[in-house]
Parts: sequence; C-alpha cells; structure tokens
Amino acid sequence: MTNTKIIVITSGKGGVGKTTTSAAFAMGLALEGHKTAVVDFDVGLRNLDLIMGCERRVVYDFVNVINKEARLNQALIRDKRTENLYILPASQTKDKESLTMEGVETVLNELKETFDYIVCDSPAGIEHGAFMAMYFADEAVVVTNPEISSVRDSDRILGLLASKTKRVVENRTPVKEHLLLTRYSPERVSRGEMLSVKDIQEILSIPLLGVIPESEAVLTASNQGVPVIANRNSDAGMAYQDCVARFLGEDIEMRFIDPKKKSIFSKFFGGN
Amino acid sequence: MGLFDYFNANRKSAEVAKERLSILITRDKIQRDRPSFLPQLQDELLAVIKKYVDINQDDISITLDREQDCEILELNITLPEKSCQQREDKPLPERAREP
Repeated sequence: MTNTKIIVITSGKGGVGKTTTSAAFAMGLALEGHKTAVVDFDVGLRNLDLIMGCERRVVYDFVNVINKEARLNQALIRDKRTENLYILPASQTKDKESLTMEGVETVLNELKETFDYIVCDSPAGIEHGAFMAMYFADEAVVVTNPEISSVRDSDRILGLLASKTKRVVENRTPVKEHLLLTRYSPERVSRGEMLSVKDIQEILSIPLLGVIPESEAVLTASNQGVPVIANRNSDAGMAYQDCVARFLGEDIEMRFIDPKKKSIFSKFFGGN
Repeated sequence: MGLFDYFNANRKSAEVAKERLSILITRDKIQRDRPSFLPQLQDELLAVIKKYVDINQDDISITLDREQDCEILELNITLPEKSCQQREDKPLPERAREP
C-alpha cells in the first residue's frame, strides 16, 4: 500500500488507557473495512495481547522478527472475531534496546505492503520504546486523563512529536495530532472537581478526537480480552466508535460530555 | 457536598488545577524552546567576565524571547558595587593589556 497510515497511540504517563485505546481503535478501523495491524511497542511489559484476548496464541514477537528469528507473517496474529485485524505482540523478555531504528523501520515497511493502517501502542515514558513508537508515525493520538500530571506529560509528548519524529527530520508536514480524553466524568466536571474538556483543550491546544467516559465497561472488556469497542451498547464502546468515525473524516457530535439528567427523586435525596 | 464544605471550599479544585497547569506548561515550553547552547554560553560568558570582575553565577542571566520573526537574546549582568576599585590593584589579564 502506498498510502498506509502509521498512527501512534501515546501519552507519556502510564495507566491512562493507551493499550485500551490501541485495541479499540485498531478493531474499529478493521470493522470499517480497513486492513489494520496493531503493534505493541512495550518491550518487556507486553499487554496488548491480553487486552486483545490472544495471549495464548503468541509464538513469535516483534523482536523475533527484527532479529530475523521469525518471518513477519509467523509473528502476526489474526484476530478471530474481526476480519482485517492483525496483532504484532511485543517481546516479553528481551531488553528494550532490541528495538533498533533499522529493525523497526524494516518491519513497518513490510507491514506497509499489506496494511492500510498500522496502530503503534506506545509504552509509557519518554524512553527508547516510546521514541521508537512515535518516530515513524504520520498521526498521533495523545491519550490524556483529566488529571494534572497526565495533561503535563501529554504536553511533553506533544513537544517530542513536534521535534523528534521522522517527518520533522525529513522536513515533511509534521505528525498530525489528536487529543483523546479518557476516564472523563461529566458529573464531576459539573461539580468543579475535574478539569473539563474545554480546560484541557485550551491548555494543550490540539484538535479533540473524542472523549471516553469513565466506564465500568472498560474493565469488563479487559477481563474478557475483548476490545471495549466490541461492546456496542456500552458508553465507552460507543465513544470509541465515534472516535474512529471522526478519525476517518465523519463529522460526529461529541457525546458523553454532559452530566446525565437526574430524576427528581435523586435530586432530592442526593447520591450519584 | 456537606455544609462544612460550603464554608471551606472557596474555590473549586478543577479551577486550581487549571491555573497550576497553565503556569507550569508555559514554563515548560520556555525551557523546551531554549536553544541547547544557552547554558554553555552562560557558563563561558561568566568565565570571561570573572577575569575582570568578581561576579557569581546568579549575577548573570540570559533570556531568549521571540517576537514574531525576531529573536531577542538578552544578556543581563549585575556588577557588584565598587567592582572597578576592587580589581584596580590587580594586574590586568594578558589580553586586556594589548592595545
């Protein structure tokens, strides 16, 4: 494919929902008919396979392919539920430096031959693994929680995306940035206990891709090894579907950013 | 929110968070946009000036501002009082004596 897009899912801070987002986003793209590979860059702490529910089918991994111990199609795991979706798991044991720049580029170039989208699940931090995940990206989804340390780290990552990627080095148009807010609670925002979408957008000043509400469905989905987007009736699932549609160019109104209407009963007697 | 909180919470915590973040991120950006040679330039300038005047690290500050297309490098040196008299008795360094 000549117009394959490489998307990095990144955040700086850990535990904000990068892997959840990578799994949901990749599945969403595949469900829309795009051939998609999702690649785990978190060498040493692989988890994408768990969230995708294919942990028992991992034979070879990303580092094996880089070291030419396995061919790419031996390491790629086909998702059994979704056509067009493949997973490239990270290595669990090797040291982080095993993701060499040349090795990563070779694997990505080979993936480009067959896939429309390559989703790179970045590790937390701003070390080598995170750098490798973003270096070749065309677009970036910056996952942020409405919490000060997460917003600050996202700003840091935005600085790196604007200066340390291949597109910048080659003087091409910079990586296209998207903000994805996760674990959002409109109720807490309305009580003044949480930074609002508007606050965070003002601070980071990048276009908003979507807002994923704080949702029980996320843990349930990860318990079962099913990306939350597959749960079409859940709030988080629907929010991710909206994000994918927006990413693909549809104009969809933001949902889940206003508090749920309370009944008169609960207004009187309190509680959430 | 209980009655006690109404008296206690003058400001919403989200408001505090936003204010703290705005200040922090502006500062982070200034740090990040600084060219990497600035600290070294500061050290070397300090070394040169020290040959003539007694000053400390704190007496010299370098800032770089951007105004549209124009970059302004501002160098600020605070000389101690009587610095000239203090050094008059000492011989000038080699290069300073040359015409």
